[in-house]
Order: sequence, then structure tokens, then C-alpha cells
Amino acid sequence: MTTHHRLTAEGLTLGYGDRTVVDSLDLAVPPGRITVIVGANACGKSTLLRSMSRLLAPRKGRVVLDGKEVHRLPAKELARTLGLLPQSPVAPEGITVSDLVGRGRHPHQSVFSRWNEKDDAAVAAALEATHTEPLAERAVDELSGGQRQRVWIAMALAQQTDLLLLDEPTTFLDASHQIEVLDLLTDLNRSRGTTIVMVLHDLNLAARYADHLIALAGGGLHASGTPAEVLTEETVRAVFDLDSRIIEDPVSGRPLMLPIGRHHILEPARRNTAATGGPQERSSAEPYQSDVSATPGSARK
Amino acid sequence: MSAPVLTRPASVEAATRRRVRGASRRRRVVLVLVLLVAAAFAVTLMAGRTYYPPGDVLRVILGEQVPGASFTVGRLRLPRAVLALIAGFSFGLAGVTFQTMLRNPLASPDIIGISSGASAAAAIAIVTLSLGEVQVSVLAIAAGLGVALLVYSLAFRGGVVGTRLILIGIGISAMLDSITSYVLSQAAEWDLQEAMRWLTGSLNGAAWDQVVPALAAAAVLTPLLLGQARNLTALQLGDDTASALGVRVERTRITVIVAAVGLIAFATAAAGPIAFVAFLSGPIAARIVGAGGSLLVPAGLVGSLLVLVADFTGQFAFGERYPVGVVTGVLGAPYLVHLIIRTNRAGGSL
Repeated sequence: MTTHHRLTAEGLTLGYGDRTVVDSLDLAVPPGRITVIVGANACGKSTLLRSMSRLLAPRKGRVVLDGKEVHRLPAKELARTLGLLPQSPVAPEGITVSDLVGRGRHPHQSVFSRWNEKDDAAVAAALEATHTEPLAERAVDELSGGQRQRVWIAMALAQQTDLLLLDEPTTFLDASHQIEVLDLLTDLNRSRGTTIVMVLHDLNLAARYADHLIALAGGGLHASGTPAEVLTEETVRAVFDLDSRIIEDPVSGRPLMLPIGRHHILEPARRNTAATGGPQERSSAEPYQSDVSATPGSARK
Repeated sequence: MSAPVLTRPASVEAATRRRVRGASRRRRVVLVLVLLVAAAFAVTLMAGRTYYPPGDVLRVILGEQVPGASFTVGRLRLPRAVLALIAGFSFGLAGVTFQTMLRNPLASPDIIGISSGASAAAAIAIVTLSLGEVQVSVLAIAAGLGVALLVYSLAFRGGVVGTRLILIGIGISAMLDSITSYVLSQAAEWDLQEAMRWLTGSLNGAAWDQVVPALAAAAVLTPLLLGQARNLTALQLGDDTASALGVRVERTRITVIVAAVGLIAFATAAAGPIAFVAFLSGPIAARIVGAGGSLLVPAGLVGSLLVLVADFTGQFAFGERYPVGVVTGVLGAPYLVHLIIRTNRAGGSL
């Protein structure tokens, strides 16, 4: 098991040029858990993640890891505790999977230290955990999107950090690969106690996989807590400017957000069925929506 | 640090095997390159209009007087071969450094104007101002750094995009080349050899007082760059990934730019901007070594080999003698065209 590190942001203000993206934000990452950050496009999710991993210096405030400001820590020391997988990392042309994963050992090596047994063990463990060992000798550029993403996660794992930050690790992946990646991260969290912080686009996947959900809006923290506490119709409206209905996900028991657009809405029936539970309605959402008022532990607040 | 809970020894074994295999392959390739460079160097010293056996050459190198050979080998061939070796190594090393750092094979110093800048400055210093070797080198360095800075700042718009930097570099390079042509055409003693040296690079008339500054620069700057080799390989993964791996990205970039520009400028001040050596060496090295590790040393060796062989070919393979830059130019141009076509096909929006 890993030692648990405390990562917090205190009065953090971030921006590029003369644009302020995040404004005096306070947040604490619960150690040993999976935290997911959600929010509308350009609300500062990635910016926040980059700042938490020292990639972007704060305008004001600070990011603190175990009582020390991350922007003052030696780069390598930080990189041995906290890893980041950016949104679009670049693989050099023709590099093999095992060579790329080996690059994750960078912070554990120096100009003078030779590659050793520990490095091999870390690479092997990372390949195994991500089920990429059979791909080890293949070139990264000839892999599928899902395989490639697992390889990048393997590289981040080879870094052997107790904290792992990921910026939209499921973008460009199809449904099954998205689930595969998120399951893999959950395995890591459970087997090694790795603290995971990630930005996800899909609210429902966020609610399903997060222990702790953070919703950003207007450059600040709109809500944080368990998915059931955070993913409410009010939050969705405030954060995404979207009407929705939240039901209980029949698979996971977590909240599930159903967006309400202008089309394809069973308009007259929608409110009625909630009251009457009329048998003529066969929407799959229907049985859960009638639970809402009756079940105190449900997603609705 | 987390214990590797999921590890089976067999998989560690496999990881070790793959790594050792990769490393020994690299060592073999580097060794072969060293041998090839040594062979080309030896042939350059022995062969030519007159052949001198290895024994004579060795005695000249050791400082003995050998009739005929002492002049031909000691005064003509040796400084020329040493300059070919050093200039080639400097160009290859500096070229692959830029290509790795900017993650683009087109981003080599001879494409983006740095060599042209150093060359224009050296041409002005020598032809117009008649300065000595040290001042020439200083001016060439200053111009190389100046051009690097200019291209970088013109390309900077909240971050540097490779293609923009390359296009701006090509433009600036053309501008500087025209300055060089103008300076040469205004020179009092219009000398074609001298002109070729500053336009495409030439080793004609190489003498020790040109070789020494380039050698000194290579001796100081090569270890400096090799010290950054690991950081450079991390930079290949993108600035953010490199930074997350504990690399100080800006510091690495500045160190590496200054060192690589220094190498280019000193080598250019001595031999002119030998066409396409910086541009070709990295990709050739990548082909033969693979993408696994650092390409710095292999690219330097490929550079030396290219210049030695191209110079020898230019001198003796045809009826007339051609300067080395003409030969490397003929080699490099098709590859440049190939790269540009491939970039366009990949949908690279320039």
C-alpha cells in the first residue's frame, strides 16, 4: 500500500495572458480515492490539473503537497510522488511500447545512475497492470487508440507515483475502451491505493467511477462531494446550463443524468407518469423516476 | 514508493531481456559507426592524387619528417580530414538536437536559418571586415544565436508551433543567404572557392588555425549536450509529459539551444554551412539505431561520416573537384522534398 499524500489547492488563481481561468479556488484531494473533475468546456479543468502538477505557475495562491508548495519542490522529487498524463502526449515515431513505458522511469534515474533491477520491475509491473505486455515489442504508432491509451497509462505507472493525475484519459476512445481504461484506473486505486485525480467529459462515467466529484463553474468550485451529492439537476443546470433529470443508474446505483434538450421529449407524459406511474409509459427511465420522492438515499437531494 | 505488487519474475525477466537487447544493439551500431568514421578518416589521409601507405601517414601524425608526405598529409590532408570530422560531428549533433527538441525533422538548424545566420556573419567578418579567426567565430555565434532568438520569437504566439517556426525559419534563411551572396559579390577579391565555402560549405584550404576553434567548441559543448540527452528524450514526449517526468523544460531548452547553436556557429565559421548535414544526420541515425534512446552520438557520427565521404567523393570521384557542400546538397535535397510531400500528405497544415 502506498503512503497517502495530501494534495490541496489554496486560494488558487490561474490564467493565461490576461485571461483568468480559475479564480481563488480551494480544494482538497481525498487521499487514496478517485477524484473526478467535471465542468463545461473551457471552465479551467485542464488548467487546474496542469497547475496541480507544476506545469502552470499560479497567479495567486498555491498548490500544496504534504505541506510543501509544489512549485517550490525540486522537479524530480515531485515527479516521484505525482504523475500526470496530459491530454495529448506525443510518441516519437517508431518507438516501441516497452521503450516508451521505460521513459516513465526518468525521475528515478540520473545521468550517472545505470538502469537497474528496480526499473525493470517497474516497467514489467506497469505493462502487466495495463495488459500491454503482449504489445511490448510493437511500435506505438501501429496500435489502436485504446491500446495506445493503455500504453500511456503504463508509462505513467512506471513512474510509480502515489498520486496520478489524468487529463481526459478517455477522449477519442469508443465505449468499451473508455470502460476498460476507467476499470484499469479503479483497479490501480484499489490494489495499490494510488490517489487518482482525473478530468472527464462524460458526466455519467464521472458519477460512476468517482469517489469524489468536483464540479467547476465560472472559474470556481461549484460543488464537491460524493457523486450523489454533486450530480443534481441544479448542478447540471448551473454548471452546464442544461436541463436534465437525474435518476438512479440501475447498473451502479450511482446517479445518472438524462439531458433534456428541445427534441425527443415525451413532453405531456413526462410529468404525469411521475405522479401516476401510468402503464402506457415504457421509457426505461420510468421506474426509477417514480422512486425519486420515495427513496431518501437516491441521487436526488 | 509503492511495492510492485503485481510483478511476476518472468515478466521482469522479459523486461530486462528487451532492454539488454535494445542496449546492445545500440552499442553495436555505435561501434560500427565509429569504425566506419575511422576508416573514412584513414582513407582520406592515405588516398588522393598521391597514395601514401599507412606507415607514412602514421609517422607524419607522430611528428616525423617524411619527404612529400609531411607536406601533403601533414599540411593539407590532416587538417582537412580533422575539420571534416569535427564539422560533421558538430552539424550532426546540433541538427538532431533541434529536431528532437522541436519534434520535427524539418526543424534542423540548416533549414531554419541558424546556419545561414552564422554563415552570413562569417562571410561579412572575413570578406568585408577581414577579421581574425576568433572574431569570426564570435560574430558567427552571435549571429546564430540572434537568428535562433529571432525565429523563436517571431514564431511565438502563446507557445511555439513547429510548422510556424519552420516556415519563418525558411524565410529568414533565404533572406540571410541573399545577404551572403551580396557580400560575396561585393568582395574585392572575388574568389569562387571562398564564395562556395560560405554558400554551401567547403573544406578547401582547411588549415589548423580554422580547425582549432571548432575543435575546442566541440570539446566543450559536446559533453554539455550529452548531459542533456536524457532530458531531450523526455522532451520528445511533449513539453507537458516531460515536465511531469521531472524535466525542467525551459532550462533544458535554453541550455540545449545555446550549446547546439554554438556547435553550428563554430563549425560554420570554419567550414561554411555544409548543406543538409545537420538535416540528414538525425533521420539517418534514427533509421539505423531505432527510436528507443538518445540519437545524439549516432547522429554526430553519421554527420562525420557524411562529411568525410562527401568531401572525398567531391574531390576525387568526378573529373573536377567539387566542394563538399555540393555533394551533401545533392544528397539532401531529395530527402527534403520527400519530407515535405509526406508532411502534406499527412494533412500537416502549414
